[in-house]
Amino acid sequence: MTRFIVRRLLAMLLVMFVISVITFLLFEAIPNGNPAFRLAGRTATTAEIHQIEVKYGFNKPIYIQYLRSMKNIFTGKAYSYTQGFNVWDEIKTGLPKTLSLAVGAGIIWLLVSILFGTLAAIRAGKHTDRVLTVVSMLGVSLPPFFLGAVLIYFLGYKANIFPLGGYVPLTQNPVQWLVHLILPWFTLSVLFIGFYSRVLRSTILDTINEDYIRTAHAKGLTDRQVLIRHTLRNSLIPIISLWGLDFAQVIGGGAILTESVYNLHGVGQLAADSIGRLDIIPILEIVILASFFVVVLAAVIDIVYAFLDPRIRLAG
Amino acid sequence: MATTSAPGTEFSDDLSAGFVDAGGDLAPGTGPWKLGWRRLRRNKVALFFGGVFLVIVVLCLLAPVYSQDIAHVSPSLGNITGTIRVGGKTENIVSLTGIPIGPTWDPSHYFLGADTLGRDTAVRLLYGGRNSLEIGAVATLLTMVLALIVGIAAGYFRGIADGVLSRILDIIWAYPVLLLGITLGTVIAVGGIGPIKGSNLLVPAFVIGFVYIPYVAKPVRGQVLQLREREFIDAARQQGLSHARIMFSEIMPNLSSTILVFIPLILANAILLEAALSYLGVGVEPPNPSWGNMIADGLTTIPEAFHNVLVPGLMLVLAVMSINIFGDGLRDALDPRAKVRIAH
Repeated sequence: MTRFIVRRLLAMLLVMFVISVITFLLFEAIPNGNPAFRLAGRTATTAEIHQIEVKYGFNKPIYIQYLRSMKNIFTGKAYSYTQGFNVWDEIKTGLPKTLSLAVGAGIIWLLVSILFGTLAAIRAGKHTDRVLTVVSMLGVSLPPFFLGAVLIYFLGYKANIFPLGGYVPLTQNPVQWLVHLILPWFTLSVLFIGFYSRVLRSTILDTINEDYIRTAHAKGLTDRQVLIRHTLRNSLIPIISLWGLDFAQVIGGGAILTESVYNLHGVGQLAADSIGRLDIIPILEIVILASFFVVVLAAVIDIVYAFLDPRIRLAG
Repeated sequence: MATTSAPGTEFSDDLSAGFVDAGGDLAPGTGPWKLGWRRLRRNKVALFFGGVFLVIVVLCLLAPVYSQDIAHVSPSLGNITGTIRVGGKTENIVSLTGIPIGPTWDPSHYFLGADTLGRDTAVRLLYGGRNSLEIGAVATLLTMVLALIVGIAAGYFRGIADGVLSRILDIIWAYPVLLLGITLGTVIAVGGIGPIKGSNLLVPAFVIGFVYIPYVAKPVRGQVLQLREREFIDAARQQGLSHARIMFSEIMPNLSSTILVFIPLILANAILLEAALSYLGVGVEPPNPSWGNMIADGLTTIPEAFHNVLVPGLMLVLAVMSINIFGDGLRDALDPRAKVRIAH
């Protein structure tokens, strides 16, 4: 077990290192992108440009620049070249909004997909299953920015039921917080619900044919008991693991489309706005932090599984 | 990363097992393709949506015809100050407050309304669809070809080749899809790749094609690992066939149903990703239309001119949903036991 954990953590560190190097090099490789020119402005003299190059270390070898970038990112000292703000401060302001979105949506999409997936599986081939299949097919085909726009138009502008976007802190006004988040939660959940309920449906259908399910039936358990204690318990494993990864992505700015259409000003929207300005440093920092978050969470999930399921440990 | 078998990586190695339940009225020895086709033909819903997608493709390919012979405007021709006659009244194409006209339902003039620059929404919808579909098709082709090369090589050679290739796939896989697309899109939008300018339509196609490689390569590798142990591969090796020959003419044909099942899956996701990137401004660059950047444009004039969001959005959803439903039917028909899936 220790061996497995050590190997898994080493692999995680390696992946994190490579990701940081590649992301850094990608952004560094931008031609006509000498940041000193942009920082200095149009009328700068060569001396001024040189001064900036020295100040930010652009004249140093690439690995020094890499180390410097990483140090800045992890000590919270990275500044946007074009806007001048401290990126970590901006992320910190965005995080509560992104967390509110992620936690609410995460709960909704997990519960609804379990419901839909189970329902579709136990009614496989019947009407309920067909309807749910079409619903989930529609779900996975709905881009959040379009669904968001439609909901804002009909339920915001036309029916006046929901606000047109924006965010109210939970500590300031819990009711308004909820009201502002209902549409974003729904919008973000739809895509995942469509996907997860399909996955769960087919996992359950696979599990149902296992020997131990037959045994459970044979020893006289009711259908409900078999479903909840045996079938679901095993079928939920891939769903929960997917959920962990997607949840990490959403927190890391993966809800960029939902956030920007609802104007939530979370981490994702910070990324979206930076893209609009082609402001490299915030994008670099968000991409690196988000992928780190995902990689770490993936490792944690694997290790937790290894605790729960010895087969994985042995295979690894 | 490869410690848990992620959903989508496990495959039934014995394809014939899936065809046992094909129905009793079949002559013994009916081939798997024929069985698959028979099953697909029975799935009317899948066929219907396959047809819907074909209609969308044909309409989008006819974009130049519509633009030249019916609407008589080009997709990038703005007309902010012009007027048109609708139902006997003269109306501004773009009102003095900057609100474009809604659908006139007259195929020859602004059938689906105008955008803020007075461009014909219907013409842009078709051209945008052409761009979206072309990018989706090129990206899918790229993903499939590269993923097959990587997946087959890794699974066939195993050892060091597999180690290196699998680690590379793991690293691409570890990036969130959208963030990787954005990173590559931003970098290339600023700098271009070599001689190719950032505004070239091939750029988003390359980006998207690259992003999805591991989602196909990993399952392919898994399947090849199992295939290479089968007797017919041994036989081929005994006959002295070259590695390339074995991979191409012995292993590849056995992957064909997997390949077929993956194509619609990747295509649908590629079109969605293209729309998202264009919406964020790192995909198709204006003035070139795409469904994604048309929606982004339209968002600036809701609620007054909602048609500019609704029209490209509905088309996008309809196209992607048709591919998804058809693809689902195709999977059920060809490979009922395989669990080919893709994570978003």
